[in-house]
Amino acid sequence: MKLAVGPILYLWERGAALDFYSALCDEPVDIVYLGEVVCGKRRVLQRGDWPMVARALEDAGKEVVYSTLALIEAESELATMARIVDGSDGRFEANDMAVVQYAAGRPFVAGPHLNIYNDATLQLMASLGARRWVAPVELPLATIAALGASRPASLEIEVFAYGRLPLAFSARCFTARSHDRPKDDCGFICGDYPDGVTLYSREGQPFLTLNGIQTQSAAVQNLVGEVEALRAAGVDILRLSPQSRDFPAVIRAFRAALATRDATATFPAASLPGGYCDGYLRGEAGIDHAG
Amino acid sequence: MSLELVCPAGTLPALRAAVDHGADAVYMGFRGATNARNFPGLNFSEAEAATGIAYARERGVRVFVALNVYPSPASWEIGTATIDRAARLGVDALILADPGLMRYASDRYPRLRLHLSVQGSATNWRAIEFYRQQFGIQRAVLPRVLSVTQVARLVGRTAVEIEVFGFGSLCVMVEGRCALSSYATGHSPNSQGVCSPAHAVRWEETPEGRQSRLNGILIDRYAPGEAAGYPTLCKGRFRVNDTVFHALEEPTSLNALDVLPALAASGVKAIKVEGRQRSPAYVGQVTGLLRRALDLCAASVPPAAPGEAEDGTWTPPADLLAALDALAEGRTHTLGAYHRPWQ
Repeated sequence: MKLAVGPILYLWERGAALDFYSALCDEPVDIVYLGEVVCGKRRVLQRGDWPMVARALEDAGKEVVYSTLALIEAESELATMARIVDGSDGRFEANDMAVVQYAAGRPFVAGPHLNIYNDATLQLMASLGARRWVAPVELPLATIAALGASRPASLEIEVFAYGRLPLAFSARCFTARSHDRPKDDCGFICGDYPDGVTLYSREGQPFLTLNGIQTQSAAVQNLVGEVEALRAAGVDILRLSPQSRDFPAVIRAFRAALATRDATATFPAASLPGGYCDGYLRGEAGIDHAG
Repeated sequence: MSLELVCPAGTLPALRAAVDHGADAVYMGFRGATNARNFPGLNFSEAEAATGIAYARERGVRVFVALNVYPSPASWEIGTATIDRAARLGVDALILADPGLMRYASDRYPRLRLHLSVQGSATNWRAIEFYRQQFGIQRAVLPRVLSVTQVARLVGRTAVEIEVFGFGSLCVMVEGRCALSSYATGHSPNSQGVCSPAHAVRWEETPEGRQSRLNGILIDRYAPGEAAGYPTLCKGRFRVNDTVFHALEEPTSLNALDVLPALAASGVKAIKVEGRQRSPAYVGQVTGLLRRALDLCAASVPPAAPGEAEDGTWTPPADLLAALDALAEGRTHTLGAYHRPWQ
């Protein structure tokens, strides 16, 4: 199995993002997804930074894929999407059917925000150019395995294996709203929260994470203990979603688990308040945690 | 201008109420986990559907069937059987979200009219164009995320008819892209056709007040005398940065009456009322009020030029708004994403 690093889902400082990618060059990952998935206003990096980052990662032997927005509303967002697709040299991730339509048969990665839930849809996407499928986060492993068993030859399957789960998108910016700021005058307040803002129940249970227009889980989905089950289900790639702390240690722990087949060994303690979860894998509530 | 009024029919009595009170079309689902309003006691058997279709047809009202979940391999055949049944009954349109089911329907029944469900999550013209090119959809229902201006621009870029929500419960998240319910309970709109399902709800009386839980997660707590609503998880009160508030959305209904002229002028084809889980009395009242609103609006407002879409020149009658508010979740309403500041 390969390890992939998902797109940065938060608004990090440019320097922090550049340092992150620079460090990734030396980490044991195979694939790195770049670009913005959450908010059309954010600019984690300048337009000119991305090719430079991509080149450094490729020189280090990584496959680079450009991700695209999940919620596309404005003409300007469609134009940005088209520019990314055209400039990606055939390496892009579609998170909206607009991308599949625009790509018109070019090979693509079907991202986690396309709703692919059954064979017929997966076959259709493959016939339109999907070369890899990142399963929607709520799919049980049994469903992924069933789709894997009948998948078109050469289609790879990727699963979101580590990180706060991207659960929902809205027109509303919840981070700006929590600071009583209008979305159109947000001041990029989400930049103050490199791992999102944790939302707690009134009795203090960490429940969700506000990340601009995206809502995530507060718990980190961590499938490091399920590597063998994932392999048996036909999963080819594990996606690790960037967080601001301990990420290299997370990568190495997953790499060790892949190598030793049964080790959860030296996983860093959860640094975010929600702890870990893994319920989706068993078809249960995503927030559940069996360990 | 003429906006078509599309109303919910969760049961045969609700269908009759919608038809009798002025709906132009009704939408229904078959019993079983095949649609996004999969509540106990709701939806139609094949015989009930035939009766309902006959009742509507005799009164010049069209009937749409919604099958808006994304079936898994295990439930795939329920999905295709539902399409077969809808085709057999000769419904006026099938409302689908899943691309695989769309492929099946367009291959098997090329003359059956297809609408893209709001659960299909198409928020831009290219996404809609994808479904038109692949499956020949003739209408798309827009998720509740676009402003009136954005709706108008989208309508101008697509050959597909556009249907938008006019009244009812408000989804805060992009429909079809929300896994909050499955995260909390294991059941989601996409997979099981439910959000915040009743079986996961628990009410408690405590010294701090009445509490609602969803699969054990505290969604809200109400002071004595405070009105308590159904614990839809995005409408609860939570703590963010030491402030407790409705961090995602308040319990409120969508009401698009204020922007009806703008929507009509922009070329929107139909207005949809949410609420297949509602009672026949509710459906009848809401249908009647919206029928009156659409008729008044059509009679009193000259169509605005597309560029002036947001400068609606009409004020809905106060008694109409009050009557709709009385029926609304939280007894209040919002324009939602139609109004940019909401976002």
